[in-house]
Amino acid sequence: MSGIALRGKPVRPARILLHTFLIVTSLAWLAPLLWALFAALRPYAETSEKGYVSWPDKLSLDNFSNAFQQSDMLHYFGNTLLIAVPAVLVTLLLSSMVAFYVSRFDFRLNLALLLVFTAGNLLPQQVIITPLYRLYLLVDLPGITMSGKLYDSALGLVLIHVAFQSGFCAFVLSNYMRSLPHELTEAALVDGASVWRLYWQITLPLCKPAMAALATLLSIWIYNDFFWAIVLISTGENMPITSALNNLSGQYFTDPNLVAAGALLTAIPTLIVYFTLQRQFVSGLTLGANKG
Amino acid sequence: MTTGTETTETPTAAPLASPSGVAPRKRPTGHRRLLTRRDRITLGLMAGVPTILHVALVWLTALASIALAFTTWDGIGFDSIKWVGLDNFRELFTTNPQFWPAVQHNVIWFVVLILLPTPFGLFLAVQLDKKIRFSRVYQTAFFLPVVMSMAVIGFVWQLIYNPDTGLINSVIGANTPGHYIDWIGDPDLNLWAILVAASWRHAGYMMILYLAGLKSVDPALREASALDGAGEWQTFKNVIFPTLRPTNTVVLVVTIIEALRAFDLVFVFNKGAQGTELLSILVTNNIIGESSRIGYGSAIAVVLLVISLAVIVPYLIATFRKERRA
Repeated sequence: MSGIALRGKPVRPARILLHTFLIVTSLAWLAPLLWALFAALRPYAETSEKGYVSWPDKLSLDNFSNAFQQSDMLHYFGNTLLIAVPAVLVTLLLSSMVAFYVSRFDFRLNLALLLVFTAGNLLPQQVIITPLYRLYLLVDLPGITMSGKLYDSALGLVLIHVAFQSGFCAFVLSNYMRSLPHELTEAALVDGASVWRLYWQITLPLCKPAMAALATLLSIWIYNDFFWAIVLISTGENMPITSALNNLSGQYFTDPNLVAAGALLTAIPTLIVYFTLQRQFVSGLTLGANKG
Repeated sequence: MTTGTETTETPTAAPLASPSGVAPRKRPTGHRRLLTRRDRITLGLMAGVPTILHVALVWLTALASIALAFTTWDGIGFDSIKWVGLDNFRELFTTNPQFWPAVQHNVIWFVVLILLPTPFGLFLAVQLDKKIRFSRVYQTAFFLPVVMSMAVIGFVWQLIYNPDTGLINSVIGANTPGHYIDWIGDPDLNLWAILVAASWRHAGYMMILYLAGLKSVDPALREASALDGAGEWQTFKNVIFPTLRPTNTVVLVVTIIEALRAFDLVFVFNKGAQGTELLSILVTNNIIGESSRIGYGSAIAVVLLVISLAVIVPYLIATFRKERRA
C-alpha cells in the first residue's frame, strides 16, 4: 500500500491496540489445540487424581508413543498413503485432461461438460452414498482387492476421491489454462504437433503453479476425509488414519489423554504439509474460491 | 523451473506445415480443422475417460438415489425392490420424528455460520490486510483449524466438553456427580456446543477467502476515500465492502454447502443422537446403522439433493455466464 493514506495519521496507539487484540484472539483460537497438547503430555494417573485443570507434576511424551504403538498408527498412516497418493496423482492427471479439452478447443459441449464436473463437486456426499454403497458391494474384483470387492478396498476410495475431486480441479485448471496465450499451442498445432504433445509437453508444464497448489489442497482434503472411509470401508484394518482413530478411540483408549495424543499425531502430517507449502495451499484455496 | 520462455520452441517437424504461410493470428480457438483423426481420438479419450468416471460415480448415483427414493429395498437381492411411489416422502414428512428436527438443525447450522464466524472472518481479514507485522503468524493461528480433519477437531473439542474431565466443567466446577453439565448429551445444549467448534473452524476459512478478496481491491479506491476524509468504518462500508461482492457470493455459497454437508463433527461427537440430527446423518444412519432402509435413506438424500441444486445451479449459471462474457 502506498503510504499517502496512512502517513500523518497517528498510527501508533491504534496499532498497539490492534496487535493486542490479535495476540489475544490468536491465543484464544489456539487454546483448544494447546489444551489438547497439555492433556496429551500428562499421564492419566496424574490427571485422574488431580483433575485436568491442575499444575502438572511431570510432562512426558509417553502418551504419544503409547498411542502410536497401541493403535498401530504406522499401519493406518500406510493405508492413508496408499489411498491419497494415487488419488491425488490420478485426479490431477484426469482433471487436467478435461481442463485442456474444454479450455483449448471450442467444441459445442465444452461449457456443459465443465458445468457437470463443477456441479458434481458441490453436491453433498450423502446425496450419492446410498447407491454408491450398493454399487461398491456389487462390483466383484476377486484377486485385485483384499476384500474381493470394490467395497472395503483402497481402490474404491481412490475411485470416489478421483471422481469427486476432479470436478473442482477441472474447474480451476480450465480457468488457468484459459489464461495461457493461445499462440503457444496454435503455433505448435500448425507445425504439426499432436494434441497429446500440446497437452503433455506444452500446456502441462505451464500449469505447474496451479497443479502444485491443487496437489497441496487435494492431499490435505483426501488425508482428512472421514465420510467416505466410514461408509465404504468396513474392516478396521483397512481404514485410513482419520477413521481408524474414530474406531480405536472407542475400542482401546479409555483415557482422554491418550485420545488427545492420538488425535494430535493424526493431525501432524497435514500440519507439515501446510507449513511447508503454505503459499501453495492458500493460493489453491483462493484459486478455486468457488469450491464448497 | 522457469516458465514461459523455453516453451515457445517449435517442434522439430516445423517446415512441413504452414501451407499458405498466412496463419491468421487472432483466431480464438478455431484450430479444430487442423486436428488429425488420431488427435480426435486422443481428445475423445482425454475428455471421455474422466467424464465417464465422474458421471458414473457422481451423477448416475445421484439419479439412482432419486429412483430408489420411490422404492423400498432391504438391500438383499434385487427382487426385493418394490415400487412404493411417494410413500417414503409421506412417511418422512409426517411420521419420522427425526426429519423436521434435522432440517431445522441444518438451517440453524447455516444461520449460525453466516451470522457469527463469517463476519468475524471478514473482520479479521480487514485487520490483517492493514500490512501489519506478524500478519503471517496471526493468519496461521486462525487458519490452523481449517487444515485439520473434522474428525480430529471433534476429538479435540471433546476434551473441552467432556462432563467429567473436560475443560469447561473442570473450570466452572460442574464436574462432580449431580452437577454435570452434559454438553454432548443434553439435547438442548449439544448442537450449540458443536456449532462453537464448527464456527471456530469456519472463521479461519472465511478469513482466507476475504483476504484474497481484499487483495484485489484497487488501492487507488482506498486512497481516494482517505483523501475525501472518510473514516475507517465509512471507507469499509461505502468503498471496500461493495467491491467485495464476488467474494460475498462465494462465501454465501460455500457456507450454505458447508451447512448441508455438515457431518464429521457430529458423527464424532455423538453420531447424531438426540439433539444433533442432521440430514446427512440420517442418510448415513440408514446405510451403516442397524436398519438398512435403502429407499427411505434415498428419500432423505433426495431432499438434500433438491436443496443443494437449488443453490448450486443458479450460482454456477451466474458464474459461467460471467466467464463467457469475459
